[in-house]
Amino acid sequence: MKSDSNSGSDYTSEAQELLRRPPSALYRWLGDRIFSVVVVFLGLSIIGLAVAMAVVLFGEGSQSIRQFGFLGFVRGTTWDPAVQLVFGAFPFLFGTLVTSVAALLISFFPAIAVAIFAAEYAPRWLAGIIDNLVQLIAAVPSVVIGIWGIFVLAPWLRDNVYLPVFTWAEASHPALLPILGNPMGYGMATATIVLALMIVPYTTALAKDAIKSVPVEQREASRALGATKWEVIRMAVLPYARGGILAGAILSLGRAIGETMAVAMLIGNRNSLPFSIFGAGATMPSVIVNEFREAVESLHLSSLMAIGFTLFVIALIVNLLAAWLTRKFSIKGGQVI
Amino acid sequence: MKTLVQRNIRDRIMESLLVLSTIVVLLPLVIIIVHVIVNGISALNWDFFTQELGSPSRALQGRPTGLVHTILGTLVVDSMALIMAIPIGMGAGIMLSEFPDHKLNPTIRIMNDTLNGMPAILKGLLAFVLIVKPMGTFSGLAGAVALAFVMIPILARTTESALMSIPWSIREAGLAIGLPRWRVVLSTVMPAARFGLVTGTLIAFARAAGEAAPLLFTSFGNNYLPNHWLGMILGPADTLPQRLYSLAISPYTHWHSMGWAAAIVLLVFVILCFGTARYLTRQKH
Repeated sequence: MKSDSNSGSDYTSEAQELLRRPPSALYRWLGDRIFSVVVVFLGLSIIGLAVAMAVVLFGEGSQSIRQFGFLGFVRGTTWDPAVQLVFGAFPFLFGTLVTSVAALLISFFPAIAVAIFAAEYAPRWLAGIIDNLVQLIAAVPSVVIGIWGIFVLAPWLRDNVYLPVFTWAEASHPALLPILGNPMGYGMATATIVLALMIVPYTTALAKDAIKSVPVEQREASRALGATKWEVIRMAVLPYARGGILAGAILSLGRAIGETMAVAMLIGNRNSLPFSIFGAGATMPSVIVNEFREAVESLHLSSLMAIGFTLFVIALIVNLLAAWLTRKFSIKGGQVI
Repeated sequence: MKTLVQRNIRDRIMESLLVLSTIVVLLPLVIIIVHVIVNGISALNWDFFTQELGSPSRALQGRPTGLVHTILGTLVVDSMALIMAIPIGMGAGIMLSEFPDHKLNPTIRIMNDTLNGMPAILKGLLAFVLIVKPMGTFSGLAGAVALAFVMIPILARTTESALMSIPWSIREAGLAIGLPRWRVVLSTVMPAARFGLVTGTLIAFARAAGEAAPLLFTSFGNNYLPNHWLGMILGPADTLPQRLYSLAISPYTHWHSMGWAAAIVLLVFVILCFGTARYLTRQKH
């Protein structure tokens, strides 16, 4: 209260001062000029940052790109920093795409289900709790999920899922063994499962906003035709909200492609194809994390930067696609914390 | 045509499937939090907050080890990042909301969203090239720059939406009593939007505080407290997420439990920030 009355009197005296002696035209003109120049400069620095990222990654990776050619680099399957110094990024490109797409496929329907349940079924208090918990999944740092994966999830999956499946395949379908791979717990499957969990909030948030923006009349009309609740959702709500659902899925894919720490801790880190389902693999971010600190050869360092540039290009495409979709279907909000 | 009974059964089945999926999605979160607390609470003692980590042998010999240098380093690096990011991020947000007709705004908005969606590890690579290479050494400063790159797009976004939520009539009132444009923004619009601005800052801060990937090759990590406080800015500094990663992949069980304890600290910190942010958002409405 006290501070309120103080600042109140400050404002009054300031106003009186202003009325008595209005600020000079120069002060107003110059102040506005400086303000707009500074603000526009700061706004332009966003563009500068994005351009700098592209230029720097390409520039630092140019030694490798020049040596192998961009297509040759992306298609090359050998990554040997120790003996031959040959660098091809295909194993990591493949690992990134397979884990991200698989994670999206696993998480898509549960994520949409959460959105439908929170928007259409749950009472207001429960919807609030679900919303907070889903946002909390996005808030948990990647390394915390990583340490949980290393010490809890991976051993559990190995003992209860991978080993039983492996022994079953060994006994009855030996042809499957090379596809399944070594069931040590750290590998493509574990990384994919963790990724699927981590990208749920992005699909859910956009889908829920899209579902909420469906007009009530749409639901009432189909109810009036005698549809059950599920039929209302399937025939009247979901078709209307498909743009937001699609945009959320693409955004989730972008998150999965860039997810670094949890994957680097769980994927087992193997630099050469073929990857198998349970066996170790690698993704573009995980190989950068694992090798950047130890890279000595300039060609090795440059190749890691070139992987960064490839990752930049892929993330750029996915993000622009998501931005285009959200604009096309004019979805508002849907921001994940 | 299906009978009404069949349709009602289908309705029930779908409803229970939706409930089941919701539980399946939320259960891992609860399990993770419980495991982190159970595994980390024993290592979360006085030594944890007062001792430095030292070499692995220190833990093996049973001498007290802790993460005081990590906690201090996190505070230094994160607050430096915030100081760097706030002017740029908020300035860009002011441009987007207060100069809505500017020709470059659509471009800036798309660039900003794209930058926000870029993997954090690329921001670390950028800071490595811009700061670590010229300086010739890993440093807390480079880590702060990398984290600032993470914060800037979030700040620009949240500032824009916070300022947009202030009605134009407030700006018109300010202009009507003869205030210049810049005073209208700085003394009426921004104070009116203070809840939204604080919320955005907290979100940006918490998001950056959980990132390990951009710090691995910028602030690098350090097992000891530097002799001089400047050592954290100009030399390698330790930060919680990056230390948590190093502890988790180390072969020492004592370090593992310290990693769990670090996970508790990190989780509590991040949840506090997000909880406050969400509480403030709710107050506003």
